[in-house]
Amino acid sequence: MQAILLIDFGSTFTKVTAVDIEAGQLIDTASSYTTVETDVGEGLEFALAKLKKQTGLENFQKRLACSSAAGGLRMVASGLVPALTAEAAKVASLGAGAKVMKVYSYQLIDEDIEEIANIKPDIFLLTGGTDGGNQDCILHNAGMLVDCKADFPILLAGNRSCAAECEKILSKREVYRCENVLPQLEKLNIEPVQRHIRDLFLRQIINAKGLSREAELISGIMMPTPAAVLQAMELLAKGTDSRPGLGELFAVDLGGATTDVYSMASGAPTLENTVIKGLPEPWAKRTVEGDIGMRYSAAGISTAVGLERLSQLSGLKPQKIVEMIKHTEQNPDTMPNTPEQSALDFALAAAAVETASARHAGIIEETYTPLGQTWLQSGKDLTKVKTLIATGGALIHNRDVSKIVTHALYNESVPESLRPKSSRILIDRQYILSAMGLLSIEYPDVALSIMKKELEDVSI
Amino acid sequence: MEKKKLVIGVIGADVHAVGNKILYHAFTDAGFEVINLGVMVSQEEYIEAAIESAADAIIVSSLYGHGELDCRGFRDRCNEAGLKDILLYVGGNIVVGKQPFEEVEQRFLEMGFSRVYPAGTSPETAIEDLRKDLRIE
Repeated sequence: MQAILLIDFGSTFTKVTAVDIEAGQLIDTASSYTTVETDVGEGLEFALAKLKKQTGLENFQKRLACSSAAGGLRMVASGLVPALTAEAAKVASLGAGAKVMKVYSYQLIDEDIEEIANIKPDIFLLTGGTDGGNQDCILHNAGMLVDCKADFPILLAGNRSCAAECEKILSKREVYRCENVLPQLEKLNIEPVQRHIRDLFLRQIINAKGLSREAELISGIMMPTPAAVLQAMELLAKGTDSRPGLGELFAVDLGGATTDVYSMASGAPTLENTVIKGLPEPWAKRTVEGDIGMRYSAAGISTAVGLERLSQLSGLKPQKIVEMIKHTEQNPDTMPNTPEQSALDFALAAAAVETASARHAGIIEETYTPLGQTWLQSGKDLTKVKTLIATGGALIHNRDVSKIVTHALYNESVPESLRPKSSRILIDRQYILSAMGLLSIEYPDVALSIMKKELEDVSI
Repeated sequence: MEKKKLVIGVIGADVHAVGNKILYHAFTDAGFEVINLGVMVSQEEYIEAAIESAADAIIVSSLYGHGELDCRGFRDRCNEAGLKDILLYVGGNIVVGKQPFEEVEQRFLEMGFSRVYPAGTSPETAIEDLRKDLRIE
């Protein structure tokens, strides 16, 4: 047996997954609380002790890790026009697994610089202007950032015509230059930015977050956890040279504080006479809803969908829901022990999944022109996507998961939201997606076959 | 010399795509860098594209007769967005019915457009004007 250990330092739990790469099988998983206040190594040791008890294993050929502990990879980005370079910068950062704290457009002002200093991002992504396009904005912003009181690396990915000048302005800071994130309006170029973000993450951010002592023990913290999940999804959809994948897919990861949604799909229009609006969409896309989560962000769900909807989904009175949500936010460890709490949890989860998936998917509007009916599409058309994956602690342990997750699908009462129309539902019961993303760096075939085997079909 | 940049597109709820493609090729062949927004373009989209790309001119097509309505306030919005001296051309079947072109042209010039073209204008005419207005030798 050749055992490999995959570690996920999460914000709450440290999770370990053991895989036998010879047999191409999952051995077991275990988890323990993350101990970021002291040393993350402690939590890891607890988790490993559990794993040893379950499997008898303690020697691993290789240990690979991903991390979202200590706030994850916190980024701030700036661009010129909100719907163009600023959006491109945001899409690129999210796809690199970052937690995007703030996105600025147009010229930064003094108050913004102060705010950025308070946020203390791990990386600042500075963009603006297509290649050969606007230079004023990014030059101004470089000039503002140079004196920002906090210490953080700046990644420069704007108009190449003035990249050297920006670098010069920022020369007393740590600055890295890479290709423009939006070289032309019709060409999104996020991969070079994402490679740089990953390099920076590997080189420095891990040190700063007290994870480096641990990094000596393991072969390396390879990436932020969401980037690992994204990598797993991409592999699962595309397959490898020797094994086919599942094809285009859509995934929802419901957590306590945020909800992540992923789509591995082109999102091309499926109706004729469709005109596409907005930036080109990346095939592998991740969005994060910071206001929507089962515990810390329960009130956010209520704000997003309204009490009426929660009442409808749970069968509870609105007043009762208000009280219970308040209690839940103050006591995030609340478990659904009573029928009422279970009903509320169901409603919160369904509403969270509904809202987050609708925000991720594209929108279609019907318009009539003098030449007849036309469709205007912005974002991705996912109606023909055939696989939906559910992951995240709040979903995989819930008995009603398949019922909850159907709320991520197309809904006749909201026909403009281009979500999958008929998908089978797979659930990540063992919570292995991030581990498989890590494993896929070196063993894509093994990672793919484990995912195909372990993801459980719960379609109704 | 760096290429001059044009943002082109068909404004409003207008889906006439053929002329738009012809213009794209004509302007590109004439040595311009062309950012083509296609059909059903809103004022905002032209302006955002022009800001980000630092365009030298916005060229608006309208073929379905509602151009006057669609173009209202365009120059003001450009000014508001900081595109103060950008060239703004418009052309096509820009108004409903048979109106004397001189009157139509006058109205669009008053709306702040730099040049106005009737239907049937050849791309060469606009290219010549662009060369003049942008001082391309």
